[in-house]
Amino acid sequence: MTSLLTIMTFTPLVGVFVLLFINGRSHNALRGLALAVTVVAFLVSLPLVTGFQNTADYQFVENIPWIATDAFQMHYFVGIDGISLWLVMLTTFIMPIAILSTWTAVEEKVKEYMICLLLLEVGMLGAFVSLDLFLFYIFCGLMLIPMYFIIGIWGGKNKVYAAVKFFIYTMVGSLLMLVALITLYFKAGGADFNITRFYALTLDPATQTWLFLAFALAFAIKVPMFPLHTWLPDAHTEAPTAGSVILAAVLLKMGTYGFVRFAMPLFPQATAQFTPLIATLAVIGIIYAALVAMVQEDVKKLVAYSSVAHLGFVMLGVFAMNQQGIAGGMLQMLNHGISTGALFLIVGFIYERRHTRLITDFGGLAKQMPVFATIFMIVTLSSIGLPGTNGFVGEFLILLGSFGSSLRWWSVIATSGVILSAVYMLWMFQRVMFGELNNPRNQTLTDLNAREIGIMVPLIVLIFVMGVYPTPFIAKMTPSIDRLITHVQTRQLALNAVPAAVQTPDHADCRQCPQ
Amino acid sequence: MEHIAMPAINFAPIMPEMILSVVAMVLLMLNVFVPGEQKGYLGYLSLAGIVATGYFVAIGWNQPVEVQMGFAGAVQQDNFSLFFKGIVLVSAALTVLITDQYLQREECNQGEIYPLMLFATVGMMLMAAGTDLMTIFLGLEVLSVSLYVLAGFNRGSLRSNEAGLKYFLLGAFSTGFLLYGMALTYGATGTTKVANIASYVVDNGVAGANVYFLAGMLLMGVGFSFKIAAAPFHMWTPDVYEGSPTPMTAFMSAGPKAAGFAAFLRVFVSVFPTLKADWTDLIWILAVLTMTIGNIIALSQDNIKRMLAYSSIAHAGYALVGFTAGNGVGLAGIMFYLLSYAFMNIGAFAIIILTGKKGEANLNVSDYAGFGFKHPVLGLAMSLFLFSLAGMPPTAGFIGKFYLFSGAIKAGYTWLAIIGVLNSAASVYYYLRVMVFMYMKNPVEEFDWMRVTPAFMLCIAVSAAGVLIPGIVPSFVFDLAQKALL
Repeated sequence: MTSLLTIMTFTPLVGVFVLLFINGRSHNALRGLALAVTVVAFLVSLPLVTGFQNTADYQFVENIPWIATDAFQMHYFVGIDGISLWLVMLTTFIMPIAILSTWTAVEEKVKEYMICLLLLEVGMLGAFVSLDLFLFYIFCGLMLIPMYFIIGIWGGKNKVYAAVKFFIYTMVGSLLMLVALITLYFKAGGADFNITRFYALTLDPATQTWLFLAFALAFAIKVPMFPLHTWLPDAHTEAPTAGSVILAAVLLKMGTYGFVRFAMPLFPQATAQFTPLIATLAVIGIIYAALVAMVQEDVKKLVAYSSVAHLGFVMLGVFAMNQQGIAGGMLQMLNHGISTGALFLIVGFIYERRHTRLITDFGGLAKQMPVFATIFMIVTLSSIGLPGTNGFVGEFLILLGSFGSSLRWWSVIATSGVILSAVYMLWMFQRVMFGELNNPRNQTLTDLNAREIGIMVPLIVLIFVMGVYPTPFIAKMTPSIDRLITHVQTRQLALNAVPAAVQTPDHADCRQCPQ
Repeated sequence: MEHIAMPAINFAPIMPEMILSVVAMVLLMLNVFVPGEQKGYLGYLSLAGIVATGYFVAIGWNQPVEVQMGFAGAVQQDNFSLFFKGIVLVSAALTVLITDQYLQREECNQGEIYPLMLFATVGMMLMAAGTDLMTIFLGLEVLSVSLYVLAGFNRGSLRSNEAGLKYFLLGAFSTGFLLYGMALTYGATGTTKVANIASYVVDNGVAGANVYFLAGMLLMGVGFSFKIAAAPFHMWTPDVYEGSPTPMTAFMSAGPKAAGFAAFLRVFVSVFPTLKADWTDLIWILAVLTMTIGNIIALSQDNIKRMLAYSSIAHAGYALVGFTAGNGVGLAGIMFYLLSYAFMNIGAFAIIILTGKKGEANLNVSDYAGFGFKHPVLGLAMSLFLFSLAGMPPTAGFIGKFYLFSGAIKAGYTWLAIIGVLNSAASVYYYLRVMVFMYMKNPVEEFDWMRVTPAFMLCIAVSAAGVLIPGIVPSFVFDLAQKALL
């Protein structure tokens, strides 16, 4: 079907309109409907995987003129390739889980909460499938608003501070990106915002540097990269469980995806120029976040810092600019979505029971909650990257790729981050789950119920499937990754050969341009 | 038999102004016979008058030049002026819808407010259509005198009186600048017709432009800057906006600003295009100052009317970015933006009126605690307007800013665009602050006075549509704006 992506993207929006007419007090009906809508969106997205051809082309493409004036041409241009396919799937997969996780966690303003979650899904899916830069920007902005409300309304003690900080940080970055985007548009001759047109553009190095910096700032805030990461621990700590899950699993990927999809292919020369800087920041992020995570007293904050470290790995892999590195980075994005999403769910489970997240309040939970302990153990090991789990495959490929690239010494340092992650995760696990069950309030804790186990099972299954047999995932990405690498490297070579190259669209590279 | 030779007068170009003036005068007389509690009907009549005027504005679109020109070139109803007339009529119509309820609450239910608003509207339309400095001045005076009265309309309120007086004194002062500038220009060029001044400039070139002419241009720039509340000529705005009756604040922030821009653009873009290099630097500085001062002071405001007053200064600054660009995208962007701004600002003010209490009370940002959940629909609308003011997609506020900044970047003013977006990011904070209270704080007190009449609903619904629809499909409005370029 040709309009599959549109149907998938806007299914949640339809859900929003239906939700508006449901009585706000019938909570289960609201939750059920939201769940049904997200499940439908997931089912609609399944044919994307089965129908995906293992080529580098954009697939399921739809291209309709949207804003057509003399001065500007914006298109509703959507499609997916190997880079966005799995992120779309991750989004549609994680949403039903996120909604299920709120079943008993949110009892107030359920209707508004569900509406925010569904709107968020529209924004996320839209951003991943957009092949028109303007459309991408609109969806990115659209994503910001519901997340702001999710943190600010249903969050914890410091929710307002965290929500406003999240919003302003992201806004500053994306507004500067808007300026860069418009500049790019006029450099390209001002015809439209089609991404393939921009790919075909050859920009002079100075322009590339500035535009890359603007794009990189926007995406680095979203990733978030050290030293722009400070909003993340606040946002994660204050957000409700579903908010944290989505933030970690999908929203942060918008940053890394932005680098792969936009910043790197659009500005190949600048990418080469800034690779050492970005890799350095990524490695600092890995080590620094791990060290900070180690001393956290709040489990959720610990997981939040572990996110920063994990995404440092992703950035390192992506900037290695070889097949293993990028494939590892892409895979690690998915892994992080699954493992860290699962970790936030786990934190949510115990928070719902005890209303505290301090490590010192726990201890010996394994005796009281054996099922929980098992699941928590698996997820922890996956987050550390134990062989056999998904985390291993991603980190291994990243380190392999970056070791084989110009980033060899960076990868050597980053490897110690793997050990550090084992330290903070296992230490936290030990303090929470093992030891004496001496806190009387923990002695009455109940183990996970059927719903909670049901949420975790698909995640656990994926942890093992992707850990043992990642080939199908990688196979679908590879053609797109190859094309990205070829594109960037030929551009870099071309620019090095002819330093005085000026901005002329290269039509040989415009095979993808839909006419 | 001797006939008295009547010169052929083309009334078509001033048809909208004539109709509205007649309606206003009729209303003025009717007002005597309408008892106090039924003054609202005058509002509906003036709405009918505005709609009728709107019809003549609509049919004037794309007429040949002979039909557009009138009174020996003193007015020209070109697409440019029609677009601005549209903005002005929209803001008048939206304001009329929310006026009656406010007047009843504040117990200053005088029917004269409607004719005064209509006269102000006539003045604004004349400003947009004036192609002679005298016509522009005439329109400006009709507008200003009406606005002075409207600002002080709530006779019982000291604040309103203060606003009226302050506006009058500073307004008269700025008019002085403008008039002096016009006089000097006339002295230098020997004409007040915009087209003739333009050809004077072309003939004499930059070198030939004498010092009186340049001084005149500068003084006119100052005068117009006063009217659009550009920093550093913005000092009157916060006090006047805060003290005036709230519907009039809404009206003043949308309509007269647009009319001021219309005249400013008309004079500067069509008269001084060859001197562009000289005045662009000035406008550049004006834009940066206006945006930055407006936004930074707005950050620390607690009174929501005052906050929106400073924010309206900032918005004039964004529009000046498009002015600096001076190209088609930027200028069409100004028109698009001013129209969107009318919708979003009046919409926001409508909700401010609803939440307010007698005696202009309950206007602090903290009074909005819990508002969003108490009144979900109004809360949603308010959020929409605030997000649009902050320039978030997918609203008209975002698209408008996109066009303005695009214009600047296209013209090579990338730094101006960067300053603009950073300002825009700073402004997010104070708009979000209202939403923080609306949704993230628990209510302190009940919102008792909350009667949403159909007129109010209509105003809010139209404003919301005017913010959302051009935000998602802006082509139509932007096309109109592009066709309306000078």
